[in-house]
Amino acid sequence: MKFTLHIWRQENARAKGHFETYPLEGISPDCSFLEMLDILNEQLINDHIAHPVCFDNDCREGICGMCGLYINGRPHGNDDGITTCQLHMRKFHDGDDIWIEPWRAKPFPVIRDLVVDRSAFDKIIQAGGYISTTTGGVPDANTIPIPKHKADMAMDAASCIGCGACVAACKNASAMLFVGAKVSHLALLPQGQIEAADRVHKMVCKMDELGFGSCTNTYACEAECPKLIKRQNISRLNRQWIGALFGRDRK
Amino acid sequence: MMNLDSKIPAGPLAEKWTNYKASQKLVNPANKRKLDIIVVGTGLAGASAAASLGALGFNVDIFCIQDSPRRAHSIAAQGGINAAKNYQNDGDSVERLFRDTIKGGDYRAREANVYRLAEVSGAIIDQCVAQGVPFARDYGGLLDNRSFGGAQVSRTFYAKGQTGQQLLLGAYGALSREIARGTVKLHTRCEMMDLVVVDGRARGIIVRNLATGDLERYAAHAVVLGTGGYGNLYYLSTNAMNSNGSAAWVCHRKGAAFANPCYVQIHPTCIPVHGDYQSKLTLMSESLRNDGRIWVPKRKEDAEAIRAGKLKANDIAEENRDYYLERRYPAFGNLVPRDVASRAAKERCDAGYGVGTGYAVYLDFADAIQRLGKEAVEQKYGNLFQMYQKITDENPYETPMMIYPAIHYTMGGLWVDYELQTTIPGLFAAGEANFSDHGANRLGASALMQGLSDGYFVLPYTMQNYLADQIYVGKISATTPEFDAAEMAVRQRINKLLQIGSEKTLNSKHSTLNSTDHYHKALGKIMWEYCGMARNTESLNKAKKVVSELEDEFWKKVFIPGTSNEFNPELEKAYRLEDYFELAQLVIDDAMHREESCGGHFRTEHQTEDGETLRDDERFMYVAAWEYQGHGQPETMEKEPLVYEHIQIAKRNYK
Repeated sequence: MKFTLHIWRQENARAKGHFETYPLEGISPDCSFLEMLDILNEQLINDHIAHPVCFDNDCREGICGMCGLYINGRPHGNDDGITTCQLHMRKFHDGDDIWIEPWRAKPFPVIRDLVVDRSAFDKIIQAGGYISTTTGGVPDANTIPIPKHKADMAMDAASCIGCGACVAACKNASAMLFVGAKVSHLALLPQGQIEAADRVHKMVCKMDELGFGSCTNTYACEAECPKLIKRQNISRLNRQWIGALFGRDRK
Repeated sequence: MMNLDSKIPAGPLAEKWTNYKASQKLVNPANKRKLDIIVVGTGLAGASAAASLGALGFNVDIFCIQDSPRRAHSIAAQGGINAAKNYQNDGDSVERLFRDTIKGGDYRAREANVYRLAEVSGAIIDQCVAQGVPFARDYGGLLDNRSFGGAQVSRTFYAKGQTGQQLLLGAYGALSREIARGTVKLHTRCEMMDLVVVDGRARGIIVRNLATGDLERYAAHAVVLGTGGYGNLYYLSTNAMNSNGSAAWVCHRKGAAFANPCYVQIHPTCIPVHGDYQSKLTLMSESLRNDGRIWVPKRKEDAEAIRAGKLKANDIAEENRDYYLERRYPAFGNLVPRDVASRAAKERCDAGYGVGTGYAVYLDFADAIQRLGKEAVEQKYGNLFQMYQKITDENPYETPMMIYPAIHYTMGGLWVDYELQTTIPGLFAAGEANFSDHGANRLGASALMQGLSDGYFVLPYTMQNYLADQIYVGKISATTPEFDAAEMAVRQRINKLLQIGSEKTLNSKHSTLNSTDHYHKALGKIMWEYCGMARNTESLNKAKKVVSELEDEFWKKVFIPGTSNEFNPELEKAYRLEDYFELAQLVIDDAMHREESCGGHFRTEHQTEDGETLRDDERFMYVAAWEYQGHGQPETMEKEPLVYEHIQIAKRNYK
């Protein structure tokens, strides 16, 4: 297959970025999107034309959350329920123009080309996205029975990979789906109840502080989430938030 | 001479760990915050160690090469985690898990370490549930289990096909809490480039900030490595692209012994190779072998017709299918250990019965779908089926999956004693980075168990035994000559690599330089071909020769674009590959010297009549610990004898 790639190039965080065009031929339809970029980079290296295109990637099986490209206007490209590394060239037409950009959101500054800094997500989790346990001294696992459907719902929320597609898809660069998923995962479990009110308060405040916007209620985040995390998690986040406003113990 | 004292505590096997804990040295709470610990790697081992040590009150700095600790490759583990809880009332116990693990490792692991692993396994599950890990549950709300290879009980806890992800997020949560409390400091996009040894003790590391290229120094009283294995030596593997063996290797260069490097695990159920451009192989969880049946056509002409595209899997009648695992191993069937299943697939394909490209076998769910219904199968394996379909464009509900073995895990690693301390005092290794618990073959769902056991329940104890007298040392300085020298050496190493292609590039635009990937792919092919699933003297000699030649060419013709003072992934690949060239030679030497077959190490000269591994306990019942002697020099080997006091040595039999 043959493509014309338009790729965002930006030398570093301070530099001004621009689109660069690269023609590419002889690509197998079974090739993954990132393997296609590998081939491009191999050519750029061999021909000494330009510095290879930098893009984040690691597990290449859709679970680490490292890869994330904005492809033809969609985070992770034109398929549902996948990450960029799971996108295959058979999803494109021969001769297509492909526009490739990094996530664009104020809290995710560009490091180089298509690589952005997502440490803001770590900071939100550090604000309270966990159950406070120290190692040892916990009860036997089966002393905490949890109804299967609750455990399954918690699992669905917990499957978030922290890739940032939800933020990239949102006009307001809101992190509501990301935060909602973590708040839901823990709020659905009995172990998570004790800190629930405090958790939601701290995580939402941190999210605001880091410059993520408010929810647009258009649910582009849900549509683009590679793990199909549901918008109900945002509703639960809102309910938890309101509950926390009234029910939270004042220190 | 290296000190290979394994420090196994005295007393009966079942009491060793209890005795150790009762008599080890401790550090009082006020002194803990005066002690600095460096943890490298944020996978299950690193994150759980850092979180636990931080919670105890130590001052911890943790480093990872990715943009977040949650990206570590533990995240990709699919199937589950073993624990001897016996929740299913099917006869499981600590003793049984211990025996299965020793047998699964083909009697090449240390008894005391494995027993401790089995002993703390239950506490891991308790810990994870307390953290909110959403394990699968049954309708009564209690925890569910499934079976994995090499066991006749159901002791594997799981969270859909994303167990590693959920366990890692649990450890990441615990780590995040410590970061918020200020006991742990997080350094992302930082790669360990060297270990700093002062007066024979590990005292710090040199890291490269991958975003800026700056070299930075960190000093501490002890260093923990949780940096995973070296499977990417083979280029195509189930490891993540950035997984590498370099952190362990630089420690080896500084004097840490490397044990059993030839023990490499080849996972039987991966999506087969399909093209030269391929960058990695995707694992299909071992849990699929609970319900999937593995087969190839019974008749060669059918296999040929399938390969030619004239027949499809579903055209082959039941009586013309060879369920070769069920045929050869009736007792364990499709749930034999990984090394056994991998070799059996290779045997069928080499004999001409392979499907697809010829290097693939079927994993068929038709029976399970008929027995349980499509919905139940979807519930259990839905995300794996979806993953398979996205990659191959085939629907596994309708047509059998095609699978083939691939490099997955490395049992070999840094030599550690019972305390998980390497031969360099103050340097500890945990998880896949050490060699300790899996012998010559790791059982499924045991890697997660070991990583978390080391991090949550072993290091927080054993490290205190080392750190107790470190309170007299005071703060470690990072401005000593040892740090200067280590940083200078890293700088020189990087410059040497960058210079290889630079002048030649200026002179001719179309020179014959090659990318790092070009050499990495070539190295991987050599290792897979000659030092992979089957090895022999001839193939290993050949491998040694061609790897040397390839390395010579690499040093003349590799081209690394860009500079060292910027975000430069090509440079990262190059210095990791440089280490792989040395590691490859060691893997080959170790495979050559071990003239027996055991677990994942299969020497074709040493097999039974029906193609099973043939151990030589008289000559090889030891751990081979190698000592670095300088670049290009053959390493020297010392033996740590394996003493089995508790378990009866037997032929490994899964029939």
